[in-house]
Amino acid sequence: MRPTTANLFEHIPIRVQRQLQLLLLVTIVTFSPRVMLSDETGEAHRGQQVYMQCHECHEIGNGATNGIGPHLNQLFGRVAGGIDGFHYSPSFISAGAEGLVWNVDSIAAYLEDPQSYIEGTRMNYPGLRDKEQRDELIAFLRLFSDDSDDLMVLDSYTNEPGFSLDPDVLEIEGDREYGEYLSSLCTTCHQLAGEDAGIPAIINWPERAFVAAMHAYKNKTRTNPVMQIIAERLSDEEIAALAAYFADPQD
Amino acid sequence: MKIKRRTFICAAAAAGILASPQLSASGHTRPRVVVIGGGPGGATVARYIAKDSDGAIDVTLVEPTRRYYTCFFSNLYIGGFKAIEELGHGYGALASAHGINVVHDWAVGVDRDSKTVTLAGGSELAYDKLILSPGIDFIEDSVDGWNLTAQNAMPHAYKAGSQTELLRSQIMAMPTGGVYAMVAPPNPYRCPPGPYERVSMVAHHLKLHNPTAKIIIADPKEKFSKQSLFEEGWNNHYPGMIDRIGPDFGGDIVSVDPHSMTVTIDGEVTKVDACNVIPAMRAGKIVHTAGVADGNWAPVNAVDMSSKMDPDVHILGDASLQGDMPKSAFSANSQAKVCANAVRGALIGSRVFPARYANTCWSLIETNDGVKVGATYEATDEKIARVDGFISSTGESADLRKATYEESEGWYAGIIADMFN
Ligand SMILES: Cc1cc2nc3c(=O)[nH]c(=O)nc-3n(C[C@H](O)[C@H](O)[C@H](O)COP(=O)(O)OP(=O)(O)OC[C@H]3O[C@@H](n4cnc5c(N)ncnc54)[C@H](O)[C@@H]3O)c2cc1C
Repeated sequence: MRPTTANLFEHIPIRVQRQLQLLLLVTIVTFSPRVMLSDETGEAHRGQQVYMQCHECHEIGNGATNGIGPHLNQLFGRVAGGIDGFHYSPSFISAGAEGLVWNVDSIAAYLEDPQSYIEGTRMNYPGLRDKEQRDELIAFLRLFSDDSDDLMVLDSYTNEPGFSLDPDVLEIEGDREYGEYLSSLCTTCHQLAGEDAGIPAIINWPERAFVAAMHAYKNKTRTNPVMQIIAERLSDEEIAALAAYFADPQD
Repeated sequence: MKIKRRTFICAAAAAGILASPQLSASGHTRPRVVVIGGGPGGATVARYIAKDSDGAIDVTLVEPTRRYYTCFFSNLYIGGFKAIEELGHGYGALASAHGINVVHDWAVGVDRDSKTVTLAGGSELAYDKLILSPGIDFIEDSVDGWNLTAQNAMPHAYKAGSQTELLRSQIMAMPTGGVYAMVAPPNPYRCPPGPYERVSMVAHHLKLHNPTAKIIIADPKEKFSKQSLFEEGWNNHYPGMIDRIGPDFGGDIVSVDPHSMTVTIDGEVTKVDACNVIPAMRAGKIVHTAGVADGNWAPVNAVDMSSKMDPDVHILGDASLQGDMPKSAFSANSQAKVCANAVRGALIGSRVFPARYANTCWSLIETNDGVKVGATYEATDEKIARVDGFISSTGESADLRKATYEESEGWYAGIIADMFN
């Protein structure tokens, strides 16, 4: 039986649940039968379902690129904060400098409680406390790293929203200066420094991800009422302007 | 081609091609903005003007205190959820990171003809644009028997700092089974849910340390903000502890006696152990001195928060009479950004964008039981008008309430960074 959304996300705090709403509507590439073959216990396959929580921010598989979070190909053996061109939090950079390398143990510890493992991480995820699910997720992630016995080559898991967002809307070029002004509506709560003290960081997101998220609030796919009423008042151009500014506010 | 705004402004300024920047008073080279009051209105507007004009505007912030203690979250201090130090914030970064001239003094005079502000220390500051965000003052004798000399016996704790500490110590010193009384303010006042969040926090403390104690609220208002949410929470968490006396039972006919520590409600005298008098409010005195008030508050234009009486004076936050926004830190901060954008446009010709306003107020009822109310607003000819809003519902899950509380923590960190970093 396929897990229903309810039981899949049951133990996850509302703050995260509401962010997962969007994800339920994403178009997901069907899983290749190869996983089943090499995954006798089915662990990695179950891990794919756990991975859906990560999917809104992280791409994995063939052609995966950095999104809100870095892509997760070749994660095993990667130095923390080690992808060139991705804007990591300062804490991640220093963790890497101090020698943190991702392996089964470090990934497990980080996933269990991200904020205590790397204080100041921008990953807006409260942690995966269930050990079984953690192991499954790690088994899944491992398929996409060279040290895997059976390196997965799948079509990329990207995070395009599944609700009908006019593709033209994603193409609008944002007026960055207008975005900077409008950003002041956001910075009452969302910190420009990217700190997350209870309200997620929204800096350095790919513009498309930002636009998709705002439209998900606007059409009420995402449920936070504060964000819904803010988004409701923003035109497509204004959302694009905000996305352009927040993509790189220090520019 | 993408031109960076800052580069553009500098280059344009050098070439003298900016759209007719207003000539500043007394031929001073850089236009001058004087901001009075360093709260959410004043600190935010000073920071945004300075930060976004990269030195093209001379910004002075006048604020008597060296450390600003936030009223927001001060109820959480009363409940024991925060330390007083967590509520205090200094102005150092405004000076060092943004080049704002921070002057710790009181503004005591405004001459709108010569465009100067006089400080208590005697100096004069010239301005091209003056921004007033002095918050509120209390209307003396609005509660019979109470005036500022009584505030040590019966604190308002509605300007945060020593008053808040005093109130907390009085609550902690209450005898077993003692009585805490609150005289709630009439509309309009700062932070509509504030008195009721405070009652919740006092109840939280008493439940833990003095469970037979009682809370009485004398309230001149028929209804109050988030009423059903608070009443539901009080019933669930503090059954039998809180008695609110509305105007239908004489909650509007109140006098206090700070010497005998009694509160008289509709003729009935009660001896109390802690008494929190929150009097009626009006705009901070300097707004009246400057002659931009009409009655208790200062009317402003919704497009840019400029005074209806003087286009070169803006009034922000609690002191302003703007329309539908509640007097909150969130509102003052939101208004400050609209004002900053308009003032920069007027002084150095930067782009002026349409006014956007928003507000959300979170309140804590009991540990991890947070609720919120919020709205968006637009500028109309007449006022700042509410467009759409939301409020937490009764009967929400504990998880959602906890998430709402966590969100309020994030907001606090966010607005503090937005004011002081
Ligand atoms: C108990 C309580 C709880 C609250 N909770 C919340 C909340 O959760 N969320 C929220 O959004 N709001 C909350 N508020 C409301 C919020 O504190 C006010 O709305 C906000 O502080 C208003 O900002 P302001 O800039 O208008 O004035 P203020 O914050 O009052 O700042 C005015 C400043 O001006 C200075 N000043 C005054 N006169 C002069 C002068 N002549 N010269 C120089 N300086 C002067 C003062 O020293 C002061 O620092 C709460 C208020 C209270 C009392």
